[in-house]
Amino acid sequence: MGKEFIHLSHISKSFDNDLILDDLDLVIKENEFMTLLGPSGCGKTTTLRILGGFETPDKGQVFFDGADITMLPPNERKLNTVFQKYALFTHMTIAENIAFGLKISKKSKAYIDDKIKYALKLVNLDGFENRTVDSLSGGQQQRIAIARAIVNEPKLLLLDEPLGALDLKLRQDMQYELIRLKEELGITFVYVTHDQEEALTMSDKIVVMNQGYIQQIGSPEDIYNEPINAFVADFIGESNIIDGIMIKDELVEILGVKIPCVDTGFHLNQPVDVVIRPEDVELVDPSAGFMEGDVVSIIFKGVHYEIEVHANGYDWLVHTTKMFPVGTHVGIHVIPFNIQIMNKPESNDEKAVEINE
Amino acid sequence: MNRFKREFLTGPYIVWIIGFIVLPILMIVYYGVTDSSNSFTLANIIAIAEPIHMKALLLSLKLALVCTVICLLLSYPLAMILNSMKFKHQNFIVFIFVLPMWMNFMLRILAWQLLLSNNGILNTVLETLHLPQFQFLNTPSAVVFGMVYDFLPFMILPLYNSMSKISADVIDAARDLGANQLQVFIKIIMPLTISGVLSGIIMVFVPALTSFVISNLLGGGKVLLIGNVIEQEFMQNMDWHMGSGLSIVLMIFVIASMAFMNSHNKDGEGTAVW
Amino acid sequence: MVKKTISRIYMALIFLFLYLPIMVLVVLSFNNSKSRVKWGGFTTQWYISMFQNKSIMDAFTMTLQITLTASVLATIIGTLAAIGIQAMRRKGTAILLGATNIPLLNADIVTGISMMLLFVRFTKLGFSTVLIAHLTFDIPYVILNVLPKLNQTSRSAYEAAMDLGATPLYAFYKIVWPDIRSGVFSGFLMAVTMSLDDFSITYFTKGAGVNTLSTMLYTELRKGIKPEMYALSTLLFAIALILLFIMNFRSSRKNDINN
Repeated sequence: MGKEFIHLSHISKSFDNDLILDDLDLVIKENEFMTLLGPSGCGKTTTLRILGGFETPDKGQVFFDGADITMLPPNERKLNTVFQKYALFTHMTIAENIAFGLKISKKSKAYIDDKIKYALKLVNLDGFENRTVDSLSGGQQQRIAIARAIVNEPKLLLLDEPLGALDLKLRQDMQYELIRLKEELGITFVYVTHDQEEALTMSDKIVVMNQGYIQQIGSPEDIYNEPINAFVADFIGESNIIDGIMIKDELVEILGVKIPCVDTGFHLNQPVDVVIRPEDVELVDPSAGFMEGDVVSIIFKGVHYEIEVHANGYDWLVHTTKMFPVGTHVGIHVIPFNIQIMNKPESNDEKAVEINE
Repeated sequence: MNRFKREFLTGPYIVWIIGFIVLPILMIVYYGVTDSSNSFTLANIIAIAEPIHMKALLLSLKLALVCTVICLLLSYPLAMILNSMKFKHQNFIVFIFVLPMWMNFMLRILAWQLLLSNNGILNTVLETLHLPQFQFLNTPSAVVFGMVYDFLPFMILPLYNSMSKISADVIDAARDLGANQLQVFIKIIMPLTISGVLSGIIMVFVPALTSFVISNLLGGGKVLLIGNVIEQEFMQNMDWHMGSGLSIVLMIFVIASMAFMNSHNKDGEGTAVW
Repeated sequence: MVKKTISRIYMALIFLFLYLPIMVLVVLSFNNSKSRVKWGGFTTQWYISMFQNKSIMDAFTMTLQITLTASVLATIIGTLAAIGIQAMRRKGTAILLGATNIPLLNADIVTGISMMLLFVRFTKLGFSTVLIAHLTFDIPYVILNVLPKLNQTSRSAYEAAMDLGATPLYAFYKIVWPDIRSGVFSGFLMAVTMSLDDFSITYFTKGAGVNTLSTMLYTELRKGIKPEMYALSTLLFAIALILLFIMNFRSSRKNDINN
């Protein structure tokens, strides 16, 4: 890992005067599992389609291993795509589907047969050669779509929400399956999803996108623990996002209470967003917390309880393993390290902030 | 309980099918295998072998075949063009091709007669431009021309229909796997539109094979098709038995061509046109 | 770019092919000359005299009567049949759909002759026999337009309505009808179009004295076509065109509102 492999350089793209991508710049390194994460309409799929060659950017260039491929049609790119709705060829058998790319590149029959066997084994569907597409379940079709792409030995595999249509259990299984595949093939994956849990589980690097801009790039740990703005914090997992004012370095005021934090470098009295993860909120004796409140609801979630505490006019979301009946008077405490202070978005167009690396 | 009651709604239609679809066909079969004294005979059917009948049948088959091929060749590119235009309302396409039917069919054919006749509009235009005139009317080619004109929509619509069902993802996937545009066409678009092609062939071939009005109007009585023979048996010779016998032969051809197409149509989509 | 231009030209040529005869007829309807190939100046006289021509007006009324009656009845029978077919088991559906395809796919001349043979045995040819014949080939168009819409409607929504206390009729009207309405309407429109344009089947099932515009034209071919026929057809076509635009406008406005 480490060598620059793909470079999307200053890409802009609009459809019908609707700006989808605005001056997007992104580097993907060799053998990376990179995930483009964001809500629908954030431009992640368009980014993927530009990589695949299905869309031409209005501005900017795409570099693949140093070569400019911006205008290269999809069939001449050394990459393959796994489509959201599988896009299998229903008029062909499974074997014919997998062989499609190999036949076009005029590989020998023996080679093709070998590859089909190998690919089916890789996706755990040995013996499915002569089945029809219609006889397969959604999960199986998705595996075939992956097999069909990887037999061509692409250096880059693009995956467009490939697990979106599957049910929860299958989705989780397929996540591990994809990680295993990536290890075995040793190629670069670019994965598009709106599911933050999927992104956190599988990726080496996550690119959080919104409204055509990259919000944050980082490892799953970075993104989760140090979200750069309220949008990222909100999109990656649940959070308490509270308006605050930076009194001075390492002291912030929220909901009328001054609490210590570890952040420095803000202006005096600067309005900020304060993000606190629900699992970082501790419920203590009323006198021991920095503010007091009452439990208004509690739901058992298996691993933890999800509790809502009304304190100083804000409904705190709390994840804890201890049980607090509704009505309990509690204190709220958060250790300074777990308090995230963020700049407020500059424009009214709140979440669409452009960041510079 | 509810299922039972809803099925009842087909009642009037089932009566209709039996009374006005099945029964009439049985009548044709009955007339076809009897003579004027109501006794059984196969003479009316065997009569197809008579030279004049055989000639008409062979000519009908030939013209219908040519017409179908021309319609297919004209429609396929058109369906692709229409499909690439991504209309907001797909119904609009249907409307465009159905709309001419609101102008009386016979008048439209007559208009072609006016356009194409020896001293017709086209030749008048050619004459004023001092270009050579052409003699086209009253030939089998003119009949084929009229058939293509009349039946073209029935080829375009099923083709367009099956083409619009191919998802863009599937085309993208083929391109992604290395297929160039020609390979996409041969390996993806053609196989996936085969049911539309078959529907179109049936919808054009059968009416072309059995038409009698177009040959009357554009063939000037010189082009005798099997449909014309049958019409004459009924309306001029008043030999209903002979007419029915020949109709049975015609029906056999219709059924055979439908069976042939169905056996090649694995999708089982049938002939849903609209 | 070149490809796009060629596509456009190709499409234009096909549409010219389809619409050229119609243009000719429209022009002829305003032609102040008995000759059908010479332009004798603009006139609207045929649009006036067609109303004074009794045989044309009779055929026109007959055409309208048959077309409208057949289309309305076919829409009712066909819609009911489609609802029933949808509720049927697979085998029954297959048989009925097979039968539905017969009038669509069978040769017009055979359909016409077979019905004539039946009618002359039991009754006299006339208005009602033509009407029955038209109904027979109209119903399949209605069924084939309604059935796909029915298959798209959610069965569970209908059942949920009944679960909430609606009678089957009320549930149908509130839940199913809005979904299939457009299919019923386009089925009706197809039926009107097919009835209006039919010649072969009418030709064999009509008795003496019953004439639609098509059959009248056929018998008058040798005598020559009256210019009034051009005028009448142009008028009919114009009405269809206007109706179409209104409908398209309305449906696109509805779409805009929904969006």
